[in-house]
Amino acid sequence: MSTPSQTTTLIKPEVLYTGLFIVGLIAPFAIYPTFLMKLFCFALFACAFNLLLGFAGLLSFGHAAFLGTAGYVCGLMVRDVGVTPEIGILAGTVAAGLLGWVFGVLAIRRTGIYFAMITLALAQMVYFIVLQVKATGGEDGLQGVPRGHLFGVVDLSDNMAMYYLVYAVFSVGFFIIYRTIHSPFGQILKAIRENEPRAISLGYDVSRFKLTAFIISASLAGLAGATKTLIFQLASLSDVHWHTSGEVVLMTLLGGLGTILGPAVGSATIITLQNELADKVGSWVTVIMGSIFVLCVLAFRRGIVGEIQALIHRAGIR
Amino acid sequence: MEILGVPTALLGSQLLVGLINGSFYAILSLGLAIIFGLLNIINFAHGAQYMMGAFIAWLALTRFEINYWVALIAAPLLVGLFGVILERTMLRKLYKLDHLYGLLLTFGLALIIEGIFRDQFGISGESYEVPEALSGGIHLGFMFLPIYRAWVVVAALTVCFGTWFMIEKTKLGAYLRAGTENPQIVQALGINVPLLITFTYGYGVALAAFAGVLAAPVFQVNPLMGSNLIIVVFAVVVIGGMGSILGSIVTGIGLGLVEGLTKVFYPEASAVVVFVIMVIVLLVRPAGLFGKA
Repeated sequence: MSTPSQTTTLIKPEVLYTGLFIVGLIAPFAIYPTFLMKLFCFALFACAFNLLLGFAGLLSFGHAAFLGTAGYVCGLMVRDVGVTPEIGILAGTVAAGLLGWVFGVLAIRRTGIYFAMITLALAQMVYFIVLQVKATGGEDGLQGVPRGHLFGVVDLSDNMAMYYLVYAVFSVGFFIIYRTIHSPFGQILKAIRENEPRAISLGYDVSRFKLTAFIISASLAGLAGATKTLIFQLASLSDVHWHTSGEVVLMTLLGGLGTILGPAVGSATIITLQNELADKVGSWVTVIMGSIFVLCVLAFRRGIVGEIQALIHRAGIR
Repeated sequence: MEILGVPTALLGSQLLVGLINGSFYAILSLGLAIIFGLLNIINFAHGAQYMMGAFIAWLALTRFEINYWVALIAAPLLVGLFGVILERTMLRKLYKLDHLYGLLLTFGLALIIEGIFRDQFGISGESYEVPEALSGGIHLGFMFLPIYRAWVVVAALTVCFGTWFMIEKTKLGAYLRAGTENPQIVQALGINVPLLITFTYGYGVALAAFAGVLAAPVFQVNPLMGSNLIIVVFAVVVIGGMGSILGSIVTGIGLGLVEGLTKVFYPEASAVVVFVIMVIVLLVRPAGLFGKA
């Protein structure tokens, strides 16, 4: 699954990212903060997913398991154990990372289509476990999770305080992904994606690199999930469902596989669409999501950001 | 009568349920394997097409009073035709790309199909009456055997072995096997490979719809009946490996039986037992029980 990921020459990346960062700082004064928070959670989720699919070429169809598990762990820690929110988020992230390690060790034994099927099946197993275990509240999900006080000081029940926490979490997560992609480690991942046998013959322990990428991706997906639980004060069963795994694939595909900003753009588009359409078309939302999927695969494989990059690239050549 | 402290009637009926589920796993994983062999695509829409088969049978009976036996032939033909159209208009464009795009496209198609049916029929589920000729049951002494359930197993196995025979013993099957090995050479020998591919996809999809019609009187006819099943079938495919037709059938039936037994001895685990077996197989024999390494 290769997509060119050249950075544009017209705008320096530093300028672009600083500009976007400032937009994020002032955004809650113009847009409903809860909506923005949801958007950032899914953007981080999709960016984490893209690290795996876009840069290592591994299609995980079970990423909802990490989002959901971290959400439940964070919720249980904060609500029932009574830890502060940052410990809850940390616990959720670590739990997702550990789960990612287990998934990774198993799924990496096969490649390609089998990899996707294995991750999907493992995630479905997690779904059934979450459904049956008493602590998770079954079909009702985990409700009444308090947002609490960050470091025991900042009251997060204030939406603005919560927003800036979410924004900080997103920025840190995004930075980690950015650095990972641009590190020697990221270059090796790309080499594995492009030509695995050659990477092996160059002496790289391919399985170890894939596993590391998988654990990073799962942990960051967990970071998004744990934060999401705090925002909405609940962890729901739908977060572990395969629909969510499919959704993150769609977000990444629509935004642009293997581009850095693509998944964020894609998730913003999908979340906005869902928000706008939910009341108007009811169950047709699934049909629309499916249609976008089909369109993306058939005619729009570079995604939004990929197309823009290609346009700029062409303009640059002239 | 008891075996290991479990009444034989309970054991027998759960094994029968397991055998039925296993038959569905077998037909569905067989279809997936045939499609994968020639198209290199995992057909994510397989569950949705299975559901379509069940719904067509239900619609035919309730709206047009078309009986079960006609539906058992007509529904697979209709859904198979639908598959042929999908292959001709969409899947065909993806063969030169990474195989994962095929998975993503069929996933999107599954969402569309499921969404439309959910909008039309809700998610509550409809029941389909067992056809008269197959209603009732037989007392076997240790358990009660509903005739329809026995019929499902017999019909499913007949179709599975029929498919095996067609692929292993007929000329068409020989083309198919050759096409799986090396499509270019087969094409060069003057065989119409694109047509073969279309036919194969249509046949695989028709198998799913056939399973759907068989399932209609056993389970509730529900827009989500396929998507829940297909993920288990994926695990079955990982366990068995897609290299062998007989392997798919044996793995499907075997896992159905194991699931049935788990329902008797440790019901809490029955939903996950197939996945647990998948994990063990991945650790011990990563290529799958019948897979080529």
